[in-house]
Formats: sequence, structure tokens, C-alpha cells
Amino acid sequence: MKGRSRWLPVLVTVLLLAGAAVGYTWYAREKTARHGDVNVVPVVSGQALSVPSPGQVLFRNTAAGPDHGRVAQVPVATPGSPRHTADLSCDRFAASGGKALCLAARPGVLPPITDVTVLDRDLHVLRTFDLPGSPSRARLSPSGRMAAWTLFVTGDSYAATGFSTRAGILDTETGELVKTVEEIPVQLNGEQYFAADVNYWGITFSSNDDRFYLTMASRGKTYLVEADFRAYRARVLRENVECPSLSPDGTRVAFKKRVAADAAAPWRLAVLELATGKETLLAETRSVDDQAAWLDGKTVLYALPGRAGSSDIWSVPADGTGAAALFVTGGASPAAGMT
Amino acid sequence: MYIATSRSADSAAGIPEARSAARRRVSGNVLALGMVSMVTDISSEMVTAVLPVYLVLGLGLSPLQFGVLDGLYSGVTALVRLAGGHVADRFGRFKAVAGFGYGLSAVCKLGLLAAGSSVGAIGAVLAADRTGKGLRTAPRDALISLSSEPEFLGRSFGVHRALDTVGAFLGPLVAMTVLWLSLGSYDAVFFTSFCVAALGVLVLFVAVRDRKKAAAVRAKPSLAESAGLLKIASFRRICWWAALLGLVTVSDSFVYLLLQRRSDLAQVYFSLLPLGTAGVYLLLAVPLGHLADRIGRWKVFLGGHVALVCALLTLVGPFDGVLLAVIALALHGVFYAATDGVLMAAAGPSLPEHLRASGMALVQTGQATARMVSSVLFGAAWTAWDLYPAVLVTAGVLAVVVLAAAVARPLRRAGVSA
Repeated sequence: MKGRSRWLPVLVTVLLLAGAAVGYTWYAREKTARHGDVNVVPVVSGQALSVPSPGQVLFRNTAAGPDHGRVAQVPVATPGSPRHTADLSCDRFAASGGKALCLAARPGVLPPITDVTVLDRDLHVLRTFDLPGSPSRARLSPSGRMAAWTLFVTGDSYAATGFSTRAGILDTETGELVKTVEEIPVQLNGEQYFAADVNYWGITFSSNDDRFYLTMASRGKTYLVEADFRAYRARVLRENVECPSLSPDGTRVAFKKRVAADAAAPWRLAVLELATGKETLLAETRSVDDQAAWLDGKTVLYALPGRAGSSDIWSVPADGTGAAALFVTGGASPAAGMT
Repeated sequence: MYIATSRSADSAAGIPEARSAARRRVSGNVLALGMVSMVTDISSEMVTAVLPVYLVLGLGLSPLQFGVLDGLYSGVTALVRLAGGHVADRFGRFKAVAGFGYGLSAVCKLGLLAAGSSVGAIGAVLAADRTGKGLRTAPRDALISLSSEPEFLGRSFGVHRALDTVGAFLGPLVAMTVLWLSLGSYDAVFFTSFCVAALGVLVLFVAVRDRKKAAAVRAKPSLAESAGLLKIASFRRICWWAALLGLVTVSDSFVYLLLQRRSDLAQVYFSLLPLGTAGVYLLLAVPLGHLADRIGRWKVFLGGHVALVCALLTLVGPFDGVLLAVIALALHGVFYAATDGVLMAAAGPSLPEHLRASGMALVQTGQATARMVSSVLFGAAWTAWDLYPAVLVTAGVLAVVVLAAAVARPLRRAGVSA
């Protein structure tokens, strides 16, 4: 009897804990199933969007509400007008030349897996495959033929934590898929560079669908690397360039430049003239951790953290003049519909 | 012969039936502590499994910020562990100190919910969580050693570590299940993790008996007395050799990285590699603990390091593909099973009862700090010399240190069963 009276409160507590866990999980499920409550910004849902759409900017809607995560579109001239959203959800999005690229983390899967989907101009699926890791960057070449992405790859609970990145390329015409470019032969100062710790991220393709630029990190430094897809070789151009983004005319790259050792705010947006090597810091003074996107030849778009875990899209002139301006509240992954 | 003590000499010469009967017995308290660790590990591994993705994808932290957060909380543990050990000894309240540590970590799971997207708050919660982990380790291990017959210490620690590893296995599975049921809600994972952790605290308070006897005999050791532990020759030698071996031990992540580079395993399996190590650890923790009790704990401890040397050589050796992965992971698992709990079992008997927790904290902290330094060193060697030379040099140095430790036999004059 004594034993029983001792175990009864324990049993009750166990049941209470189990009930609480099940209850909370159920509550979270209901909340997710209802997709939040209402959109906090004006949204026109369920639209048939197409790419490219001149005069429009496509992006990932990050404003809270049922349309959170969906691909959205606003006119460049009036980016504050109600956004039109499609029934396509992505964590990273890119669109160019009549194709779109969507990276979506598969929910509730450990270790993380990302679904990589190439879509046609009406956002219908052309090809989809999955890769290990979490979405980081997505890009298409100006013609839309070359799709490139970067994924974060995490160690799991036993391994020491820490991230590495894995950048890959898909030639949508030939179907050739390079899951990671880390084996590409790369030259530094005219000599073949070998290191076990090379890491690549932030691919940007030029209009000839062969030449691409990306960031290589090794031995504590980052480099801007220029590479050719078909010859499959690469060379280092210069140091301290991350997440390059080639301008529409192919003469400049916008990138994030490490300016401070402070881990809380390490980067500034800058533009590099490829022919002359001239670097210009842009007017945005906050630390930007994004691969910028060119709105046109004169302006770049990028995302900064916004309110309550959301993010906002900002614009800044690409020549170092002017000032940063809010472009879209509650957005990320902007892709301008250039013709 | 350094296993020759009056006790083991007696039992070796004594009645075999009695001995084999005792062999099967593991104290109820050790089992209870094992259950607590298992449940708590389910809880903490649930969070560990989702945390990187939650921070980077859910909250949009850059991997760099994540690295800073991660570094922040690894540093906390070492100091706190020493404090936990000392306080537990000083007040003779192992269960209370361990319970506080378990409780703090449990509350931190709710803290993750409350912290929302504030990076500062998340950092503080993670630091508090690590504090809880640091506080509870030494008193828990002291309780295990005080609840066991000295000649079965290896087996007791083996049982405890095996249960602990079961929890580490189950944690990510439970997290996945909760994510799946909740349609991807990290909050649900954190809340469930809290409930599981609370269950662990409950099991601790209901099922684990404290050891107050020792405190009554000899009250309140001072800080100086705790620090003076290093004057005990046998214990000092254990600390010193464990730290030295730690200094030339290659950390897990490097082993997995090596394995990934060498074998053609699909990338998606990379994060499953540690499960291989854990699986072998789980299977061998008890048998190797038992073996340590019989043939000598130091021998088994060093044998574990020999397995690590073999694992490293395998990784740069002739095998390939799945075979390479299987051999390397098996050896890596043997390394864990033969070293982790066995070191505690080896150190335990050389410590006076009233300073047990402090001593265990000391040896653990020394080893952990040395391993942290070794990670940095190995990373630097890898960068400077490239992979193969770095591995071969490390394996060579490790082999030399193991050999030296075998010759030195730190427990030989200890007069303890080790």
C-alpha cells in the first residue's frame, strides 16, 4: 500500500507531462494547418504568375499569414501595392529567362533534405530532385538554362556542430547535374590549389551559360573564383568577395565584403568592376548577409531581417551613391523580371 | 600486477559462483541513474538535432552567428563542471546538485520557446542549458561510483553509458516524429523536449537514492582540499595521462569528415555516420566495462586508444566504400566504449569518498579541455600539411603516448582495483 501511494503521484505526473506534450503538438499542428491567421499585408492569393514578367519583381513572401513562404509578385514601379501570390512555396527562389528555381526544405526531416525544383515560365514543374542540406542560395543564368544553388550542410547531433556549404549546378538543357562543385580544379596565382577544407557558395552565371563566378573559402580566407562549366576549371580572381552577383551587362559583380571581425555585423555590400578591379562600397551601411539581385543595371536588391523573424527587401544604387530604401516589406529572394 | 588488491585477489582465489552471481548485479541506483540519463538524453538530443536548422532556416541566422553561439556554450561547461563537483562534495548532496542541473536544463527547453527570435536570448538559454549539463555530470558520476561495488565499477559505468546512448539514439527519432506530427513546428519539439526532460527529473527524484553517508563522516571539504586532490599520486597520474591522451585524440567530427572524404558514401548518409559509432558504443559499453573490471581498467582504457589509432590508420588505408565505413566506425565505437565510462571507473577508487565528485569533475574537465585544444591543433595540422600527413602524424603521436602510458602504468602503485 505504501508503495502504491508513492507511485500514484508519479503516475499522475507522467500522464500530465505526456498529455501536455501531445496537446501542444496537436495545437501546433492545428496552428500550422490553419496557416497562421490572416495575412499582415495586402495579398491577392492564388494567382497564375509567370516568368519573366518585365516590370515585375518576383520574391518569396515572408509576411506572416496564410501566404507566408509563397512566391509573390509586385510591379517595380509600385512595389508597395498588394502582392499577387502563386500556390508555390519556396525557401529560396530565383527566376530568369523563362525559368524559375525553387529550393524548399522538406518539413520535419532530419537530417535536413532540400527539394530542388526547376519550373517553366508558368511555374509548372520541369524537373525536381532532392539533395541533403538546407536552402541557402538559388540562382539562374540570364537565359534560365543554368540553375545553381547553395545548401547548408549540417553535422548532426553527434558530430561537432558547424556548417559547411555545398554549391551545385544543373544544366537544364543537357540534364547534367553537378551536386557539388568542390572537386573543380582551381588555380591560385597561376598554380593549382589543393586544400582539404575548400568550401564553395554563391554561384552566379554569365549570359553565355558557361562562365560562372562563386566564392571559395579555404584556410580562413574567402576568394572570388571565376570558372568555366564545360571546361570545368576555375581560377581565383581576388580575395574577400562573398556571394557574387553578376550585373545584367556582365561587367560588374555585387558582393558582400567582409569589413569587420565582429561576428554580429561583418559584411558590407559592394560592387566590383571586373575589368579594372575597382571596388565601390554601396550606401547601405548595415551588415547584409544575402546574395544581391540586380533590379536593373543601376540598382541592387537584397534582404535584411525585418520584424518578428520576417525579412524585408531593400534597394540601393549600385554605384555607391544615394541611400538604401525599403522596397518590399515581408519579402526575400527577389528576382527582377528583366527582358 | 596493478590489479592485485586484497579484494580482487580474494575474489580471484575465492568462490567462482559467488563472483558470477555478483557480476550480474548492477545496483538499482545505477540503473535508475541510467534511466534518468537516457530520458534526459532523449530530450537534449531532440533539441540538438533541430537546433542548427531552426536557427539558420527558421530564424535566418547566418552560419557564422551560429558558430559564435556554439562556441559560447562549449566554453561554459568546463568551469561549471568543477563547481558542480565541489558543491556536491561540500554539502554531500549529489542528488540535489545533479537534480538542479537536470532541472535547469529542462527549464531551458521552455526558455527556447520564450526566447523567440532574439539571438541574445537564445545564446543565454543555450549557455544556461550547458550550465545545467556541466553541473550534473560530476555528481552523477560520483553517485554511480559510490553506488557500486568497487570491483564492478567498470560494468556499472558501462550500463549507465549504454542507457545514455540509447537516449541519444532515440532523441533525433522523437524529434522527427514530433516535427512530422506537428507539421514542422520547432516549438512543438522544444515543448515536447521539456516534457521529456521533466520526466527525467521526476525519475531522478523518485528512483535515485542519494549517498549522504559519506558527508556525515567527513563534512564540507574546502576548495583547497578539492584542489589538493592532485596531491594524490595515483589520481594525479590518471588526470595527467587522460589529459595527455586527450591532447592527441582526434575529435569525432574530424573522423566523420575523413570518412566522408575517403568513402564514396552518398552525402545524405553523412549525418548517419555517428549513429554507427553510437551503435557499437551501445553494444560494447557493458562488455568492455566488465572486461575492464576483470583485466584492468587502464589496460582497457589504453586499448580503446589503440582502437582509435587503428581507426585513423584504416581511414588512410587501403579499404574503400562501405567496408571502410564499417571498419572505421566499429573501431571508433570501440574507442568510445573502452574509454568514456572506463576512465571514470578507473579514477573512482583512487578518490576519497568525500571528494569523489570534485575528483571526477577534475579528470573530466582536464580531458575535455585537452580534447578541445586537440581539435584546434588537428585543424591547424590539416590546413598546414593536408589531410593524410596530419592523420598519420596524429596517429603516430597517439601511438607513442599510448605506449608511454602503458609503460608508465599510472595505477601500479595505487593499491586500488583498477
